[in-house]
Amino acid sequence: MKKSLSMLLAGMMLVGTLAGCGGNTAGTDAGNTDEGSASGAAFKIGGTSPLTGDAAIYGNAVARGAQIAADEINAQGGIQIELKFEDDENNTEKAVNAYNNLKDWGMQLSLGSVTSKPCEAISTDIYADRIFALTPSASSVATTEGKDNVFQMCFADPNQGTASADYIADQQLGTKIAIIWKNDDVYSTGIHDKFVAEAQAKGLNIVSETTFTDASATDFSVQLNDAKDKGADLVFLPMYYTPASLILTQANAMGYAPKFFGVDGMDGILTVENFDTTLAEGVMLLTPFNADATDDKTVSFVTKYQEAYGEIPNQFAADAYDCIYAYAQALEAAGATPDMSNEELCDAMIAQFTSMTFNGLTGENMTWDTIGAVSKSPKGMVIENGAYVGM
Amino acid sequence: MSFLNHLINGISLGSIYAIIALGYTMVYGIAKMLNFAHGDVIMVGGYMCFCATTYLGWPPIAGVLLAVVVCTVLGVVIERLAYKPLRMAPSLAVLITAIGVSYFLQNAALLIWGSSTKSFTSVVGGDPIQLFGGQLTITRVTIVTVLACVVIMVALTLFTGKSKMGTAMRAVSEDKGAAQLMGINVNTTISLTFAIGSGLAAIAGVLLCSAYPTLLPTTGSMPGIKAFTAAVFGGIGSIPGALLGGILLGVIEIFAKAYISTQLSDAIVFAVLIIVLLVKPDGLLGKHVSEKV
Repeated sequence: MKKSLSMLLAGMMLVGTLAGCGGNTAGTDAGNTDEGSASGAAFKIGGTSPLTGDAAIYGNAVARGAQIAADEINAQGGIQIELKFEDDENNTEKAVNAYNNLKDWGMQLSLGSVTSKPCEAISTDIYADRIFALTPSASSVATTEGKDNVFQMCFADPNQGTASADYIADQQLGTKIAIIWKNDDVYSTGIHDKFVAEAQAKGLNIVSETTFTDASATDFSVQLNDAKDKGADLVFLPMYYTPASLILTQANAMGYAPKFFGVDGMDGILTVENFDTTLAEGVMLLTPFNADATDDKTVSFVTKYQEAYGEIPNQFAADAYDCIYAYAQALEAAGATPDMSNEELCDAMIAQFTSMTFNGLTGENMTWDTIGAVSKSPKGMVIENGAYVGM
Repeated sequence: MSFLNHLINGISLGSIYAIIALGYTMVYGIAKMLNFAHGDVIMVGGYMCFCATTYLGWPPIAGVLLAVVVCTVLGVVIERLAYKPLRMAPSLAVLITAIGVSYFLQNAALLIWGSSTKSFTSVVGGDPIQLFGGQLTITRVTIVTVLACVVIMVALTLFTGKSKMGTAMRAVSEDKGAAQLMGINVNTTISLTFAIGSGLAAIAGVLLCSAYPTLLPTTGSMPGIKAFTAAVFGGIGSIPGALLGGILLGVIEIFAKAYISTQLSDAIVFAVLIIVLLVKPDGLLGKHVSEKV
């Protein structure tokens, strides 16, 4: 009797707290909207991003790159931009919550998510809500497929696979190729499938194809032994840098030294704390951004980034920087104003992005097709003396 | 020759599973609970050793000792705060609490050390040993891991079999109430079990990170689950069973990857587990205890 009474009381208290929460959120919402219309002229651009978690290197790079671009644009005095990133920890459920928080904040234009799986999760909502989205780095096909208002600044996964195979064939980097890929990951499988198709078309000889999953991402001895036994002289690694760093360490331990070739997920391997960067010496990767380039745009961006955050920006930061500039260009061309509704903005942006040409850090003369995939040419990079150098 | 290479890699992976499984089995055998936070104690051990050797510049052996001390204390504290109040509660409640502790440790690690990957410097230095003109390579970590595994297994068997405290542990395992009536301090005994289990977790953590040098707040969770499987495979509660189960699991995993398919390796490992449990429900070396009516 006593117990059930206390449970009842506890239940009532819980309901009370929840109701209180709801009331509070509504209150802050109203406050925010007022503030927004008072400051008036700023477009609210929001994105979800893994600011913590195992992909935090990407998430923070995107947030910082975007901030530098926004500050530059705001300083010019024309279009004003207000940026906000919510943490999604590279987790699909948290990404949906983060996206909803951004909507409560009054987001008008979205940067989608930084990584593929979360971006796929929220892109359905983005489509339903008619908020235009331009993701800096979520590269899977499913992110944009069937959604006319979701666009990508990075290459779509299949294009990375195709471009890598073309690059390896054109530069004659290897005669026998091994692939190690993560078959429970849409990013890795997407690149692998297109790579294999293009490699066959180009007459590349793939001798070993082995996989791993989240559950088996520690021991790569079998995969490396297979590649070694079959005499592979180039190992293609379409994956993120955490497993890649293990593969490099284990290959070194067993005395196997082929050429390693990665894609944009490899970017970041040099920033792993305490990682022996000599292991990554000679690793090649295909990425649209080269921090060593000497053109004015890149030099200015790299200098600002280094001053503010004390490290060399990676490709993710550059993609995010380009996103904000692409938005600024499109908004200006469309004559958009911050008081337009999300739907009006969305239609205006779709019209602009499918027709405009954009020059940014990550490529010249970029264009977008109606699916939302970008067209630009990638650059080959190689790691030399602990830094990325253009090939 | 590649067969031998795979066998060695399998034993190396398996011995790490085995050390983790020994911790699971100790705690289950004596306290009769599944400590799902065990995998995360491993992760804490890894981070402790990493901090000591990388940030403070301590020699590796001091790093290992620090990890063992911190994890032992952590294990006892967890037991006191989270499990002891539930001693009389149904086992399901304790199980859920253990899962809660596991998440707590992961998130605490996320707060303290952040989310980015850290690369662990192996505590066992030196070049790998090359045999047959370089066709067969054995890393020094593998040798240390296998030796550590066997030494720990023998020590635990002797401890539970011969020592006074070990006898008390077996008594508590058989019947808590009767053990208490015989003058055994049940709480101290269970605390000691957790201390030993968590100390083993620290050693497992250091060896795991030395062999596979990435450190993340989730580093311990997957090996923890695999090792739990190994403990069940070998017969949970049985000390030699944990060793056998761990090594078999590692070898089967590597062989399945090498000779059948890298895509199906986990499915094969668990299929073997199901078959073994169908034939021998108590695991390979498990003892069947009939319920007293």
